[in-house]
Amino acid sequence: MSILVNRDTRVICQGITGKVGEFHTRGCLDYGTRMVGGVTPGKGGEEVAGLPVFNTVSEARDATGANATMIFVPPAFAADAILEAVDAGIELVIAITEGIPVIDMARVMPVVRASKSRLIGPNCPGVITPGQCKIGIMPGYIHTPGHVGVMSRSGTLTYEAVWQLTQLGHGQSTCVGLGGDPLVGSSFIDILALFQADPDTHAILMMGEIGGSAEEEAAEYVKHHVTKPVAAFIAGRTAPPGKAGRTAPPGKRMGHAGAIISGGKGTAEAKLAALRDAGIEVAESPADMGSALVRAIEKRRA
Amino acid sequence: MKIHEFQAKDLLRSAGVPVLAGKIARTPDEAAAAFTALGTPVCAVKAQIHAGGRGKGKVQGSEQRGVELAKSAADATRIAAGLLGNTLVTIQTGPEGQVVRQVFVESGCAIDRELYCAVLVDRRVGSPVLIASTAGGMDIEEVAAKTPELILTEPFDADRGLGAYQARVLASKLGLPTASWRHAEAFFRKLCQAFVDLDASLVEINPLVLTKDGTLVALDAKMTFDDNALFRHKDIAALRDEAEEEPAETRAAAAGLSYVKLHGTIGCLVNGADGTIGCLVNGAGLAMSTMDLVKYHGGEPANFLDVGGGADVKQVTEAFRIILSDPHVKAILVNIFGGIMRCTTIATALVEASKTIGFTVPLVVRLEGTEVEEGKKILASSGAKIITADGLTDAAQKVVAAAKA
Repeated sequence: MSILVNRDTRVICQGITGKVGEFHTRGCLDYGTRMVGGVTPGKGGEEVAGLPVFNTVSEARDATGANATMIFVPPAFAADAILEAVDAGIELVIAITEGIPVIDMARVMPVVRASKSRLIGPNCPGVITPGQCKIGIMPGYIHTPGHVGVMSRSGTLTYEAVWQLTQLGHGQSTCVGLGGDPLVGSSFIDILALFQADPDTHAILMMGEIGGSAEEEAAEYVKHHVTKPVAAFIAGRTAPPGKAGRTAPPGKRMGHAGAIISGGKGTAEAKLAALRDAGIEVAESPADMGSALVRAIEKRRA
Repeated sequence: MKIHEFQAKDLLRSAGVPVLAGKIARTPDEAAAAFTALGTPVCAVKAQIHAGGRGKGKVQGSEQRGVELAKSAADATRIAAGLLGNTLVTIQTGPEGQVVRQVFVESGCAIDRELYCAVLVDRRVGSPVLIASTAGGMDIEEVAAKTPELILTEPFDADRGLGAYQARVLASKLGLPTASWRHAEAFFRKLCQAFVDLDASLVEINPLVLTKDGTLVALDAKMTFDDNALFRHKDIAALRDEAEEEPAETRAAAAGLSYVKLHGTIGCLVNGADGTIGCLVNGAGLAMSTMDLVKYHGGEPANFLDVGGGADVKQVTEAFRIILSDPHVKAILVNIFGGIMRCTTIATALVEASKTIGFTVPLVVRLEGTEVEEGKKILASSGAKIITADGLTDAAQKVVAAAKA
C-alpha cells in the first residue's frame, strides 16, 4: 500500500518532446515507473525514449490506458495542459512546471474541484512511492521503501528530509511535493487524510514554510483527525518579515494585504506554536528533520 | 514587480476605476506648473517611491513628510523642493530610506469617509478575493489582528468577475449610503476586473474615499504584478523602475535568479551586525532552511539566493558574481540538492567561476542528489580551492568557522 501512486500506475508525460520532459521521462523509466507514452501537440506518431507520442491527452489515454500524467509543458501553456488532462479524465495530474501565472491557476482550480481528477502542484517535484513508481524530478536513489509519509511545499527541502530519513533507516511509504505556488491543487490536509487512511503509512513528516496559513490549518487537522505520529519543520524562521516565503516571495513584499488574509498567521512563531499545540514534534533545524520524526515515533511508543 | 502610485493610477484610470487628476513632476517648477494646471484649490504633493507609509514618513534631517497638501503653487514648489533628491524614511523603507526622484501632484477632493479595499489571490479559497474595511487610512495589518470583524472579504471567479450583488453586499456592510451603491458597484467590479486583466498580484486602495458628493475614488493606489505573467504584459513590464530596486536584486532577476540581500535588514535589525555568509542554494524552501541553519550554528547569512530548478552554468556563474559583489561576504556556502538541477551543472559552474572571477573568500560546497558522484569528481579533479562538506550540519559548521577565521 501507499498513496496516490504504485507499481500499477500508468503514466504519460505532457511535454515529453521537450528537453526537460524527455530527461525526466527517462529518469522515471530508469526508476521503474510504468511510463506508457507522452503528449506533444503536433508531434503525434514520434517516439521518445521508446514511448509513443500522441497529439492529445485523450488519444494517449485511449491508446495506453494511462491514469496519471506528469506535466512539463512551458508556463504559458501549462494551465491549458492541466485542463486538457482533467478533461480527458486522467485521475492523477502532477504539474511540475514552475512559473505558471497565478490567474491561470485561479481559472484552473474550480474546474479541477468539480472533476474527479486530483491535481498535485504546480511548481512541485512530483510524487514517489519508493521502489514502485516515481513521477517527477526527484532523485530516486535517496528514497527507500518504508512507512513514513512525507509531504512538503518545497522540492529540494523534501529531498533533504527524505535523505535524512533514509540514512536513519526509515523508509518512505509515499513522498508528495505539494508545490510552492500560491495556488496548488492539493493541500497538506488533503494528503494528511490520505496518509491517515493508508495502513502502510505509520508516521508522517511535513515540511512547511513561513507565509500563508496552510501549516496552521494542517496542525488543526492533525489535532482532530490524525492518530499517527507527526513531525514537522518550518523553513524561514530567520527570514526577515515580508522578505522571504511564498506569500511574500523573496524581494517582492506584498505589503499589508498579504498579512490581512492570513489574519495574523503566517509567521514562523505562529506556525510552530500551532504545530506544538497539536502534539506535532518540531524539528529545530533543517538538519534535525529526520531525527524529529524518530522522536515523534518514540514518544508515541513511550 | 512593483510600480509607482502614479503609474498604478494611470492603469486604473484606463480600466475605468475613478481616480483623481494628477501630474508627475521631477523639479519644483514642474510641481508648481502642475498645481496651476490642475486648477483645484488644494493639491496633494506625494513622493513617488516603491514603499508605503509615505504620509507618516519624513525626509532625513528635516520635518518634511512624504505627502503634504499644497494650497498654492508656491506651496507645491516648497514641498517638492523638500522632497526631490532627498531621502525619505518610512516604516517600509527601513532606516536607510529611499531617494525621492519624482513627486505626484494630485487634485484634492472633499472627503466624507475613508475606507480600505484590496484585491489579491487567497490561497485558502483558491481564487481572487476583494477585501474591504471601514478602517480606511489606518494600518490595516493592525486592524486585521485586533478587529478582524472589520475586515470584509468577497471571493470571486476570475472569469466571471465580481458579481454586482457582491459589490452591493460590501456597500451595505460598509454602511455606504444607498445613493452611492451604484458607484460602489462600478468601482469594485472594475477594480476586480483590472486585477484579473492585468495579472496583478496585489491592488491596494488605502484610503478608498467616499466623497461629499457620494462617489468613490481611489485616493492612493498600490499595485504589484505577477512576474510570471509579465511575458503577456509588455506595457506593464516597461513600467519597471530599476532606480527603486536593489541593484544586485535587479541583476539577479535579469539572470533568472531569486536574490535577496540581507545585511542592512535582518543583520542590522536583529543582531546589529552585517551578514557575512553568502548562500547559494537551489529551491526557495531549502534556501530559507540554509539561512536558518547558518544562524542556528552562530553565523549570519548575507543573502538569500535561489538558483532555481533549471539554472545553467552561465546563471550559476552570475550568481557567484552577485554574491561576491557584496563586500560583507566573508565565506560562501553552496548547498545543492539536485533534482532538475544536476550536481554536474553546479560543479562545472564552480570550476568555471573559480577560473574566470576567482574566489577571494573560502567556499564550502555541499552537493547531494542528481549526478552527485560525477559532480564531486569534477570538483576534485579541477584543483579549485574548495572545502567540501558532507551533510547540512558539517557544511554549516565549516562555513561559520571559515567566515570567522
